Amino acid sequence: MYTQSINMHSGIVISQTDTRPMYLQIMEQVKQRIAVGDWLPGQEIPSIRQLAVELRVSVITVKRAYLELDREGVIVTQHGKGSTVATEPNLSPRIYGEDLAEHIDQAARLGELLGITPDELALRLRKAAERLTKEQV
Amino acid sequence: MTGNLAVHFEGVGKKYPHFALENIHLELEQGSIMGFIGANGAGKSTTMRILMGLVRQDCGAVEVLGHSMPEEQVAAKREIGFVSEDMRLYDGATIAWHMQLIGKIYPAWDQTYADHLCRHFDLKPQQKVKGLSHGQRVKSALMLVLARHPRLLVLDEPTTGLDPVARHEVLGELMKVLADEHRTILFSSHNTLDVEQISDTITFVDWGRIIDSGDKESYLDSWRRMRLDVPPGVTLPSLPGTIATERVGRMAVLTTCSFDPAMTALCRDAGANMQSVDRMTFEEIFIQNVESRRDRVIA
Repeated sequence: MYTQSINMHSGIVISQTDTRPMYLQIMEQVKQRIAVGDWLPGQEIPSIRQLAVELRVSVITVKRAYLELDREGVIVTQHGKGSTVATEPNLSPRIYGEDLAEHIDQAARLGELLGITPDELALRLRKAAERLTKEQV
Repeated sequence: MTGNLAVHFEGVGKKYPHFALENIHLELEQGSIMGFIGANGAGKSTTMRILMGLVRQDCGAVEVLGHSMPEEQVAAKREIGFVSEDMRLYDGATIAWHMQLIGKIYPAWDQTYADHLCRHFDLKPQQKVKGLSHGQRVKSALMLVLARHPRLLVLDEPTTGLDPVARHEVLGELMKVLADEHRTILFSSHNTLDVEQISDTITFVDWGRIIDSGDKESYLDSWRRMRLDVPPGVTLPSLPGTIATERVGRMAVLTTCSFDPAMTALCRDAGANMQSVDRMTFEEIFIQNVESRRDRVIA
């Protein structure tokens, strides 16, 4: 009757201090697991209910994340059969794109608030990007 | 016809001298978990009592797992697990004694699962109820109910008074129940964080009425707080779903319950500058919602 819970650890962690919705956090981390090669193309991933139980979040939240991942071509969910990583997962960073747009808007607003000219703002952004490139070399 | 509904309330009302539950509609789908949120005295417990057949409604129809309540409560109760604050265990008896008792009454009793729960909830079966803390009593009551594998769990404030570790364990066990898609949970809480985390649908109750009910994800998605800079002479367009507007000088804070990205453009066209659009937590939505409705009723 009672079975010890599913031993299929997803390694996904929901952060309470992350202000983004939980489904976005799940999407991002599923993509990361695929990107680093932990989850291979065609491989079965935890079902919606399994992941919900493991993360202690509602089924509907995980369902939303899987639906979006399916739509983006990252995973394939077959009704009644569970989900697998797509054979050629499309990991185009749409989420990061939205994130970036938001941060740029925020920087522009702060710049205006501090009386920084658009040119000065652009210069600072370039310097920050260059600094990061140097650090990675 | 209820189809896939585990719980169905249709136009249910109940009058007391100082409190009335009015026109309650409730639909809880099988395999899902509903969080019931409301302030103290909002009507959460009364609704749960009607559901259990402990209180008879004055009007309206209540159907639970296909049984009409309160008439068929004996049959329904075999399949429901109910835990509430005022549920008493026998002070002089041990937890193990309670397990034996429940095991004799309910054929579905699962001793292996009960033992597992005792370990996870940090309960000692040989301990007498008299010496238990509030948290241990709550966990014992939950254990006794969970180990029966009821198809429907009705939990009145299951996490109130529990320490963070115990809360985590309890929420985890509740989610495990949901791994079986034929089982359903209805739970009430003031802890909006718990509700936000584990429920599929949410229902807000205030002053004896359901003020909102729906799918959690789309609900959270439709609320936003917008901060706008409104230069002198500019009038804000009237936006749908505006719950509250606060103005201090040029700054305006607008709360909407039906957000649409197009609102940003609409405000910009009117001459106002959108400073930020923020999502809201459940707690913020709940407070905003209750306050604005109460203000309207009082005004």
